[in-house]
Amino acid sequence: MPEPMGFFTDTTVCIGCKACEVACKEWNQLPARNGGVGELSGDSYDNTRKLDGIHWRHVRFIEQFKGPYDGRWLMMSDVCKHCVQAGCLEVCPTGAIIRTEFDTVVIQSDVCNGCRACIAACPFGVIDINPVSGTAQKCTLCYDRLKVGLEPACSKACPTDSIQFGAIAELRTRAHKRVDQLKAQGVKAELYGADPQGALGGLNSFYLLVDEPEVYGLPRHPQLPSRHLAKSSTFSAASAAVLGVLALVGLRKRRMDEMGGGGGGGGAGGQN
Amino acid sequence: MSDTFFSGAPHWTWFIIPYFFIGGLAGGAYFLAALLDWFGRPDDRPVVRTGYDVAAVGAILSGLLLTIDLGQPLRFWHMLFQSANFPAIMFKGWSPISFGAWGILLFGLFAVLSALGARAEEGRLQMPALRAVGGMVRGGVAKLVAGIGGLIGLFIAGYTGILLSVTNRPIWADSPWLGALFVASGVSTGAATLILLSPRRGATERSLGWLSSFDARALVVELIVLIAFIVSLGSVNRVWVSVWGLLLLVGVVWFGILAPLRMHARRQPLASAAKLVLVGGFLLRLATMLASEGIDRYRVAVGL
Repeated sequence: MPEPMGFFTDTTVCIGCKACEVACKEWNQLPARNGGVGELSGDSYDNTRKLDGIHWRHVRFIEQFKGPYDGRWLMMSDVCKHCVQAGCLEVCPTGAIIRTEFDTVVIQSDVCNGCRACIAACPFGVIDINPVSGTAQKCTLCYDRLKVGLEPACSKACPTDSIQFGAIAELRTRAHKRVDQLKAQGVKAELYGADPQGALGGLNSFYLLVDEPEVYGLPRHPQLPSRHLAKSSTFSAASAAVLGVLALVGLRKRRMDEMGGGGGGGGAGGQN
Repeated sequence: MSDTFFSGAPHWTWFIIPYFFIGGLAGGAYFLAALLDWFGRPDDRPVVRTGYDVAAVGAILSGLLLTIDLGQPLRFWHMLFQSANFPAIMFKGWSPISFGAWGILLFGLFAVLSALGARAEEGRLQMPALRAVGGMVRGGVAKLVAGIGGLIGLFIAGYTGILLSVTNRPIWADSPWLGALFVASGVSTGAATLILLSPRRGATERSLGWLSSFDARALVVELIVLIAFIVSLGSVNRVWVSVWGLLLLVGVVWFGILAPLRMHARRQPLASAAKLVLVGGFLLRLATMLASEGIDRYRVAVGL
């Protein structure tokens, strides 16, 4: 049994070259245009904008400028987090989303029917419909490459090793050392998703960030969609019970009124 | 900021919104028809028969809308059976979309059986096969079918709200009250549909009067749950500072709940109040769906 594999993304060394995006598209044969429509952001050098059904890797450009000489660029190569407790896998009604032997989360395109429940369930907004297949798609962590002992295309292409691929336990050790190194240099650095006791049981694709998670478009406390299931079901059942009782009370009152006053009745209509 | 603002929109729009409305209405109508079948009087039968017809047509339309909405419609059966291991059942009790798929199938089955039974009762079935099936749904069998089907109807009216709560989307996943709200709205719109349609089948004033008074009570429940829903959203309520908030306030609260309540109280024409209830029920789904669908995580992240 292979050990859990994943990515450690050190955002401090990302240069925004988007080689990972290109490598991902090339290996996975993803179209450049969304259903034939070219979409440009128009407000950023980040022209691919977000993760979706045809962008399984996305280098986010965060432009923090207060003035012409006071600012910085943050770059982060974003991808599916391959959550240990995955919301998408939890809700998928067709069984298309599976956990692999590498502890990664993969959508089987030939099983998915495009119901889009997984899109709404993912706390990171990773999944979307691929216009070519009509099914939900996202990063597979190059499952086909892993099966034959190859490294995923994105990390292989990354020229600065911002994206590091390997066994999760080893990556965590490496990440903590890097955080210590940066903190010693006075850089505010934190790991996001590296804690196996943390949100969603830890993320098999985790990040080193130098600002708040929200700045990178990441939720601070990602949660499973099922957190509301019991409460929502209870409230719905209570609402149904109240309506049922009201209906029965109304029927009983009608009967009592009829017994007391002889009742009305007859004739169709009664309206307009 | 709620963590739900970083999720992606599932594009559940122009087929799903009508489905939520029609499914809720059909489930509510079946529940009320079953209740009258069990506890009503013989002169309630026109309402009962109308309710079964509404439920059957609603269930069929719901199935069609759900199927058309899929990215791969021909794979609709993957929700019911394991595609790689047919005929093994595909069912996840913790996934509302999974148990909802089975719910719709069962609802359709029971609703069609009840509708055939009701039509056989009226002698309106021409095809021998349908007449044979309809003929079997009578007496105790009809009541049993209606009893189980009515409960499934209530489930269909409300599970769509639970489905929305069991996501990570803004508004939907920020409150546990959507299921309860959709149950109340579904039953209320079901009653309104019966008020509008059952007079054609010979409904008496007594039946319509009961439907009207029940609809008024259901609207009060809906209003209370809607307030609980809004309160539970907390800071997320800022999303209502939009056209969808206006629609919720004017279209749903004023025209869909308060105005019909006033008309019920003043004993004004039932049909006018019922039409407003239906409009309000549709706008409730429209506003809650599109207010969330319009929030794009990319734009949230860059502060737009």
